[in-house]
Amino acid sequence: MIKVKTVAELEEWREKILAEHRFTEPSVMVCGGTGCVAVASDEVADAFSKALQEHNLQAKVELRVTGCHGFCEQGPVVVIHPERFFYVRVKPKDVKEIVEKTIMNGEIVERLLYKDPTTGEKIKFETDVPFYKKQKRILLRDSGVIAPTNIEDYIARGGYAALPKALFDMESEEVIEEVKKSGLRGRGGAGFPTGFKWELCRKNIGDIHYIVCNADEGDPGAYQDRGLIEGNPHCLLEGMIIGAYAIGAQKGYIYIRHEYSLAVKLIKQAIADAKEKGLLGINILGSGFSFEIEVQLGAGAFVCGEETALMASIEGRIGEPRPRPPFPAQKGLWGKPTIINNVKTWACIPQIINHGADWFSEMGTEKSKGTTIFSMVGQVKNTGLVEVPMGITLDELINGIGGGGTNGSKLKAVQTGGPSGGCIPENLWHLPVDYDSLIEAGSMMGSGGMIVMGQGTCMVDIARYFLSFTKFESCGRCSACREGTKQMYMILDYITQGLGREGDIELLEELGQAIKAGSLCGLGQTVPNPVLSTIRYFRDEYEAHIKEKRCPAGVCKDLIIFSIIDEKCTGCGVCLRACPEMAISGEKLQPHLIDEKKCVHCGICREVCKFDAINVI
Amino acid sequence: MTVDLNKVDEILSKKDLRHESLIHTLLDVQDELFYLPREALERVSERMKIPLVQVVQVASFYKAFSLEPRGKHLVRVCLGTACHVRGGERILDQLKRILEVESGGTTRDNLFSLEAVNCLGCCASGPVMVIDGKYYGMMAANKVERVLKKFKGNGKESIDDKS
Repeated sequence: MIKVKTVAELEEWREKILAEHRFTEPSVMVCGGTGCVAVASDEVADAFSKALQEHNLQAKVELRVTGCHGFCEQGPVVVIHPERFFYVRVKPKDVKEIVEKTIMNGEIVERLLYKDPTTGEKIKFETDVPFYKKQKRILLRDSGVIAPTNIEDYIARGGYAALPKALFDMESEEVIEEVKKSGLRGRGGAGFPTGFKWELCRKNIGDIHYIVCNADEGDPGAYQDRGLIEGNPHCLLEGMIIGAYAIGAQKGYIYIRHEYSLAVKLIKQAIADAKEKGLLGINILGSGFSFEIEVQLGAGAFVCGEETALMASIEGRIGEPRPRPPFPAQKGLWGKPTIINNVKTWACIPQIINHGADWFSEMGTEKSKGTTIFSMVGQVKNTGLVEVPMGITLDELINGIGGGGTNGSKLKAVQTGGPSGGCIPENLWHLPVDYDSLIEAGSMMGSGGMIVMGQGTCMVDIARYFLSFTKFESCGRCSACREGTKQMYMILDYITQGLGREGDIELLEELGQAIKAGSLCGLGQTVPNPVLSTIRYFRDEYEAHIKEKRCPAGVCKDLIIFSIIDEKCTGCGVCLRACPEMAISGEKLQPHLIDEKKCVHCGICREVCKFDAINVI
Repeated sequence: MTVDLNKVDEILSKKDLRHESLIHTLLDVQDELFYLPREALERVSERMKIPLVQVVQVASFYKAFSLEPRGKHLVRVCLGTACHVRGGERILDQLKRILEVESGGTTRDNLFSLEAVNCLGCCASGPVMVIDGKYYGMMAANKVERVLKKFKGNGKESIDDKS
């Protein structure tokens, strides 16, 4: 296919692709997102390729390795089109049967269907699975349907339609106006209104303007940005090109973690393809507008998610934040006006241009518009990527879409906003998910990580965990953050070891306020949140550790004792063999015994015991 | 150990030598040499015309870089929040016990380097352990030894399965 030079040529190309009916013909979609690859979906795809060839079907049935389907818990996920039969946890050995039964004869392989854990019912179609049914997938609509490596798939699904609309039917100011009207707020976490930021940047006269996509998704437990790039890289590019046109930028950067090797590969390919087709580069679609995008890799520094540190890193320096103002929109990369937005923010842009600001602002709450993507993980039944309208309650999200706790266990809290956010207890899950409500509850939206915690999670340990993370990630520039996080960590560490003292809680609160006040960037200013929010909602757990030297959740190693419940122990010997310290003894079929002197409280016996016979106090 | 600077030169010859390419260049060098030896940093500094102190500053600031040689197999354990609440710490403890190294260290036989990392972004399959780029999801402490055994022989597994 040659370069597309005009809008008419683009539409002609689209017609040609649509005439191939690539989404109505029989095809096999194998999820190739990192989550599914981790459970060997690549081998499943190979097996399909072989099986289709064996039956001479390779010309009739297309095999498409797609991006993330979102339902990572059930991976590898395979969907058979056009019926959209939905198979989960597919192994290479199941492939032959799928090809022979489903593809050749239209029969369903019952055992590979998803079983609704609540009703026990087997579900045939992707669209009927409760996990998907309750979502509103706009940004993720095409993830898992199109092949991220194929620009034609994106075009067939209506991609690159917003771009000519913006370039030819709208002035730059009109694009900004539309984004302002849509009420879109930055999806990176802080929630600054996107349109206003763009306007501020555009007004700054400078010879060159830059835009940046922040894909340095460093929050532990969040992978929605990666999922979006792996599923539909072109929607991000289209959003950036439109944004560049609106702001008047000539050059864009995508700053992405080097750890995300698949996403890096896919976005680089998408850029090359878009360039080859003339949708990116010089004189896009004959409009006279030119724009280039470059990929910059992050090298493992959490602070680089902060915009001023990120810019330093793009310039090839160490990622240290600097004071604002001047804001990047005034003085950014190499001192020029720069706009930095999150992956999801950019991905919203084509939708807003295509469907209009009113359509977008109909979704969500008064102050938080549109949908957003969460990666819901932890001790919840259905883990994966979910896209929901803003304003949905935490309960609907976690107990509705998430299906509640794993194995029906009772849940305790949810952590949002990563190391900058806080823990929201179960009794507040009637709260709507939007920027303002979450901040009021002592947490924040963050970039979209949502970690669900069950009764077996110790909140003091979680606070300690986050501080160990931020203490390590603090860039060291501000002493309040550098030293303060260390002190907070030490106090928390003492508490979890049973060495906590009266007054520690108050000291933590005081330190938290001081770090917030004395830090330059968003990292330092939010570092105390996990501690302050757990103190706010779970003060009794802190007190149990300090006063009674007891860990109610049975997590903190120095405060617990492992023992075997005689009545439950069948003497099977599994724990005895698994114990790394050989601290368990006992005759076969007789109740076993743990030698407290040898026990290192690693918890492996509890993990392997099938009879729930290990007691922790 | 002598450092093959030809590989460094080859990488540099393909790069533009602007300051903004520094991190990318160092990542590529490390991919080739598995760590960043002083000689390589000097060559990068010389060719890119960036003072050595700045190159070292960058190489020591970002976690992805190692200034020390690493073992043949890199074992990474995810301690992201999702893995943490599902017992990632137990996996790390078990690895430390079996390999007899602390996190960040290399075994005496130079076979394994152990690293704890913050999030590998496949939280749904947590706890996760990654050896030479191959993911082992839904790990349990008592499975660790079995997985490690595969790498103790001639090390062939890691080459075949590298993704």
